[in-house]
Amino acid sequence: MSPLRQSQGAAFTRILSLGAARGDTVVTNDDVAGPIDSSDEWIRQRTGIIERRRSSATEHAIDLAHTAANEAIQAAGIDPGAIDAVIVATISNTVQTPSLAALLADRLGTTPAAAYDISAACAGYTYGIAQADALIRSGAATYVVVVGAEKLSDIAEPTDRSISFLLGDGAGAAVVGPSDDVGIGPTVWGSDGSKWDAVGMNRPLREAFDDPQGGFPTLRQDGQAVFRWAVWEMAKVAKRALEVAGVLPSELTAFVPHQANMRIIDEFAKQLALPESVLIARDIATTGNTSAASIPLAMHRLLQEHPEASGGLALQIGFGAGLVFGAQVVRLP
Amino acid sequence: MAHTTEEVLAGLAELVTDETGIAADQVTVEKSFTEDLDIDSISMMTIVVNAEEKFDVKIPDDEVKNLTTVGEAVAFITKAQA
Repeated sequence: MSPLRQSQGAAFTRILSLGAARGDTVVTNDDVAGPIDSSDEWIRQRTGIIERRRSSATEHAIDLAHTAANEAIQAAGIDPGAIDAVIVATISNTVQTPSLAALLADRLGTTPAAAYDISAACAGYTYGIAQADALIRSGAATYVVVVGAEKLSDIAEPTDRSISFLLGDGAGAAVVGPSDDVGIGPTVWGSDGSKWDAVGMNRPLREAFDDPQGGFPTLRQDGQAVFRWAVWEMAKVAKRALEVAGVLPSELTAFVPHQANMRIIDEFAKQLALPESVLIARDIATTGNTSAASIPLAMHRLLQEHPEASGGLALQIGFGAGLVFGAQVVRLP
Repeated sequence: MAHTTEEVLAGLAELVTDETGIAADQVTVEKSFTEDLDIDSISMMTIVVNAEEKFDVKIPDDEVKNLTTVGEAVAFITKAQA
């Protein structure tokens, strides 16, 4: 009997390139302040957001994902046919099945690449990077596209004061491939389902179908509980990601946290005691909170504004509904 | 060692000043954090976490909602450390 074979892949992986797409419309604080009886000043003070980018009615998450992934594939200089897997982290797929990833793979010309979505909310992109790294090192893939894509404006209730005014639409993409040296540190990830209710949809789909008066399901959060967890618990996760990667805070070029709220980013940086030399991604100011898309979007902008950061080390951390979290140190493409 | 009510009030006022810049002598027991001191929910949570550390107590998320005045917070912390 022939022995069963097991696959083996590249020893090391890295992010080869990034791509970005933001919603086609600028939405100011004044635009969203009315329904929540608020003001530009109130929103800036509590969130650091000056404006957010949202998609018009004809632009969908798949369009944003396509633009971002195309840019990343072209920047990587590889043929779409060389992509073995397309992973999309999203909570904005318009249907429960099929996946947004399968549609994206077809649009990108990567068929028959494996394609699937990840439901890990704002941590989804870091989960995707963890999976791409594992797939490549196990030999299940050579090149993987990881995309965070969201059209959150579709699931935002304008009168909700807990989260709606933070939200933006966008997609960020990375091509992950084999590397001569370590480009993706170990992932520290996990979940805490005891806080399942802290952030998420306000009602199940089926309930909305049976009782349409109650409205389409939209996002809600317990802001205070999420803030405490996002800063103080996630600071521990971020420190562990540095430890397991064997990297000191002073060796980082950049810190790219999920762009949830500027106040979280500021407090987070304080808790980590990052040296002033570390660049801190603050894309939220003009993009808004784009959930799974926020880390690659923020990293893409950081590299546009600081091209000299390329090749340096960045700590990225995602955290959100579940609750779920993921963090790793990566080499900037 | 447990702090007295006066010590908790003074310590809490210090944390409020650090986070918001509000003068410590404005932080008196009858004041409401949101109505009188105009402290937003995010600053409130930062103060809560720092108070947990300073006084070595646990203030659960559900409890934070009940602590509307400085006096209620002082009473909770004083009792919790006992």
